Amino acid sequence: MKPHTLSVLVENKAGVLSRVTGLFSRRGFNIESLAVGPCEEPGMSRITIVCIGDDAQIEQVMKQLNKLIDVIKVSDISENERVERELALIKVNAEPGSTRAEVMQIANIFRAQIIDVGTKTIILSVAGDTEKIDALEKLLRQYGVRELVRTGRIAVLRGAKIVKSAK
Amino acid sequence: MKTGAKILIEGLQREGVETIFGYPGGVVLPIYDELYDSPLQHILVRHEQAAAHAADGYARASGRVGVCLATSGPGACNLVTGIATAYMDSIPVVALTGQVPTSLLGNDAFQESDITGITMPVTKHNYLVKKTEDLGHIVREAFYIAGTGRQGPVLVDLPKDVTTREIEYEFPENEPVVLRGYQPTYRGHARQVDKAVEMIAEAERPLIYAGGGVISSNASSDLVSLAETLMIPITTTLMGLGAIPCTHPLNLGMLGMHGTRYANYAVTESDLLIAIGVRFDDRVTGNVQTFAPNARIIHIDIDPAEIGKNKKVDVPIVGDVGAVLSDLLAKVRKKQNDNWMERIRVWKERHPMKFRDDDVLRPQFIIRELSNLLLPDDVIVSEVGQNQMWTAQYYCFRKPRTWITSGGLGTMGYGFPAAMGVHFACPDRTVFDIAGDGSFQMNIQELGTVAQYNIPVKVAILNNRFLGMVRQWQELFYDRRYSFTELPPVDFVRIAQAYGVDGIKVESCEEVRPALQAAIDCDGPFVLDFRIEREENVFPMVPAGAAINEMIGGDTE
Repeated sequence: MKPHTLSVLVENKAGVLSRVTGLFSRRGFNIESLAVGPCEEPGMSRITIVCIGDDAQIEQVMKQLNKLIDVIKVSDISENERVERELALIKVNAEPGSTRAEVMQIANIFRAQIIDVGTKTIILSVAGDTEKIDALEKLLRQYGVRELVRTGRIAVLRGAKIVKSAK
Repeated sequence: MKTGAKILIEGLQREGVETIFGYPGGVVLPIYDELYDSPLQHILVRHEQAAAHAADGYARASGRVGVCLATSGPGACNLVTGIATAYMDSIPVVALTGQVPTSLLGNDAFQESDITGITMPVTKHNYLVKKTEDLGHIVREAFYIAGTGRQGPVLVDLPKDVTTREIEYEFPENEPVVLRGYQPTYRGHARQVDKAVEMIAEAERPLIYAGGGVISSNASSDLVSLAETLMIPITTTLMGLGAIPCTHPLNLGMLGMHGTRYANYAVTESDLLIAIGVRFDDRVTGNVQTFAPNARIIHIDIDPAEIGKNKKVDVPIVGDVGAVLSDLLAKVRKKQNDNWMERIRVWKERHPMKFRDDDVLRPQFIIRELSNLLLPDDVIVSEVGQNQMWTAQYYCFRKPRTWITSGGLGTMGYGFPAAMGVHFACPDRTVFDIAGDGSFQMNIQELGTVAQYNIPVKVAILNNRFLGMVRQWQELFYDRRYSFTELPPVDFVRIAQAYGVDGIKVESCEEVRPALQAAIDCDGPFVLDFRIEREENVFPMVPAGAAINEMIGGDTE
């Protein structure tokens, strides 16, 4: 059982997300992460789903997804060379003085951006793969993470290959 | 200018709809007003669930899309069991529901329910129509989706303002429906077909396991031709009964939990299982690990998601059963399997389907008598439970679409309203609903509908004053603790008479044939109340979780 990244091209219609997620829950598949937004094709959206299962389960998920009328194309891109990113916004305690300097230094190492500075806190924005964000969060814990918001994972294939719209 | 309601009715007519089953209510008033002087025949049921089942029965008997109509909220919710029934058996139905006006959507308005949300898991697709402009093409898409590929129910939710608003609209002429996310595969992959041909040629003990997909694809004659060319016996699922005539020498009857011993033995010993339009349901396979343990498997189905879902297969062929069968027929060579046929002949001889033929009024006897009286084209509908299994075992089905039953969902109360729908699909044939006293009481109110329209549906109630199948399990597996399965006696003839429907009570074997004949001869609906042996069981039986060759009961040795 390993995580699979599914790229699902859908009609940009009301209810499509609920059709997709409803299918996962009623067939007993777990979603680890989900991200959705418009894509390069007008009228379509792309949903990136990370789910865990054995090969037979993932095959069944993909076949069931394909049966949804509003789903145009489902691809498991886990086997391919790809780039994956998540975005996190982290509000962390950073009193002026040495603490703030340390936090900024950590941010710098992780190539996180400081997007807001308050009297007692700063907000970092960081993009990267899951492990990188996990590592940053772990480091910032000691200062006190006040709030953490993460997007789902998104992914694209490396090189010229694309997830085509033909079913 | 046309109202949405007018566009809807016009759309239904363009799809060839002649009969719809429905029940009016507040937000569907505009649609009902349009129906008032439309040529569409509307049958007023007594409960919306019956409208859904009737549309489903109509679809199963005719092969065309059945249509039902209900109001918002409770009306729509009452359709749900019927929609789920059609979904599980892949039956093409379009369900139309009223909805509160778009301005009130999501406000918990009077009789509002989120029916598209509720039916999402039990429809092939559904629509909430937000603009009158979309209505025409949505109706076309709904029928297209319901009736093509792996068929299934589609729901269209119609807010009141969408049906009242007037717009300029003309339906497109000769313009096919194109959906980029829906392109079913009809032709089987040629290389897969070749692999199957090769495997068939190598097999020594081949067996065909055929299901509802053969019926929906209207492929029964191709199925039988293939079996005859290759001398391969056929066992069918509950849904596949009628695909091969019961009298055909290659027919092994039904397999699975209440299948024939010879069919289950044949599955277990076969070295090649050709699964056609089936889904390896647990009621068929028993313990799926030990199902067809010695066989390589070819699986033909139009739905790729069914391939490998429950059982790993060796040669999957995705496509329409009829199309794939004719490709196979063109490529296979004639074959004999004498040793295998002989083995099956011995099983058939040693383990025939048999019940105690004595003076006691037994359900199997009634069904056999009915089977002898009716014509090959007449249609049998059943409820769910013992009545359904006895009918599957003892009625001799000679043609496809003459056996109408809720297989996947197992919906008690299905049969009687479905039988009404069957009548409108084939008005010249005799239609019998074989019922239990439990099931019949789940939609007994439809006596009102059959009386009002003089729908000549005959109901044969196998009345044992038990919820018989559950009682059978309690007897066998729960130490005869009959927990809430005994029903008090009901005088069904008097109930029928109160609705204006004729009926006879039958208590002995001698009365059976004249009573059945009276029902057949009657021009209108008829109720037969058979007071049968109370604790008769359905045998043989595969206990839950056992291998299908481990049957109990019904053996003659």
